[in-house]
Amino acid sequence: MVKYFCNNTDIKSTWDHVVSAFWQRYPNPFSTHVLTEDVVYREVTADNRLLSRRLLMKTNRLPRWAECLFPAGMSRSVYIIEDSVVDPVSRSLTTYTWNLNHTKLMSVEERCVFQDSAKQPAATQLKREAWISSSVFGFSKPIQEFGLARFKSNQVKAMKGLEYALSNLQGETPQRLLRDTVKDASEKAKEAAKTLASAAAGSAPQKPQQYV
Amino acid sequence: MNSVGEACTDLKRDYDQCFNRWFAEKFLKGDRSGDPCTETFRKYQLCVQKAIKEKDIPVDGVEFMGPNKDKPES
Repeated sequence: MVKYFCNNTDIKSTWDHVVSAFWQRYPNPFSTHVLTEDVVYREVTADNRLLSRRLLMKTNRLPRWAECLFPAGMSRSVYIIEDSVVDPVSRSLTTYTWNLNHTKLMSVEERCVFQDSAKQPAATQLKREAWISSSVFGFSKPIQEFGLARFKSNQVKAMKGLEYALSNLQGETPQRLLRDTVKDASEKAKEAAKTLASAAAGSAPQKPQQYV
Repeated sequence: MNSVGEACTDLKRDYDQCFNRWFAEKFLKGDRSGDPCTETFRKYQLCVQKAIKEKDIPVDGVEFMGPNKDKPES
């Protein structure tokens, strides 16, 4: 069973800025869960579109009840591929992102399309779709719902990260973001550390946390 | 941002700087006068592809935009 998720957002920057920022969004204060980022393929096609593949490695923070689903010794990191096509003539950026490992536990695929906003000048519209599924027998529904909650939370962080990169690009000091940023980033870092520590130590159950 | 290959981070940084400049100043403006980053990209790729093999990351043979093929048009 696959959960489908779709939403539309407007970003208050031009498409050119958004696409440039897209390549520069890591690291940012909201991406402490992203450990590595690499371009592993790039090509300019005959019709001048840019094809790229990025490989990302992220931490995989799970609730306690899901930790026991991991065989001992399985990698805690998630490898993610992000394929993208930039078409500077039609002014569209399409990205497709999916996880390479831990797919039986959960598969998350996301497609994003960035184009000039039809509604506002000097703005960009983003249409985002996601497909989330799990094939773990007997656990599918809770895993999917956890996956969806984490996905939505990660989307919020991804947007904040993109805005952060945009404001850096445009030479503004991201004052507005700074206070929230520092608080958020240190809270998330603490949470991530706690989650990893409790997983490693196999400690007594803790009260439910927001897993982002 | 770190590379998955610890030794590749500096090469990645050099390439990223070159690419970001070329992307904004040439590519987006329709300037097809050529890619100044081929050498830095080559050095970076030599390093990172080696790291990917060493860490057994299953990227090889994964079709570009593969899973998108079975999805309805956006």
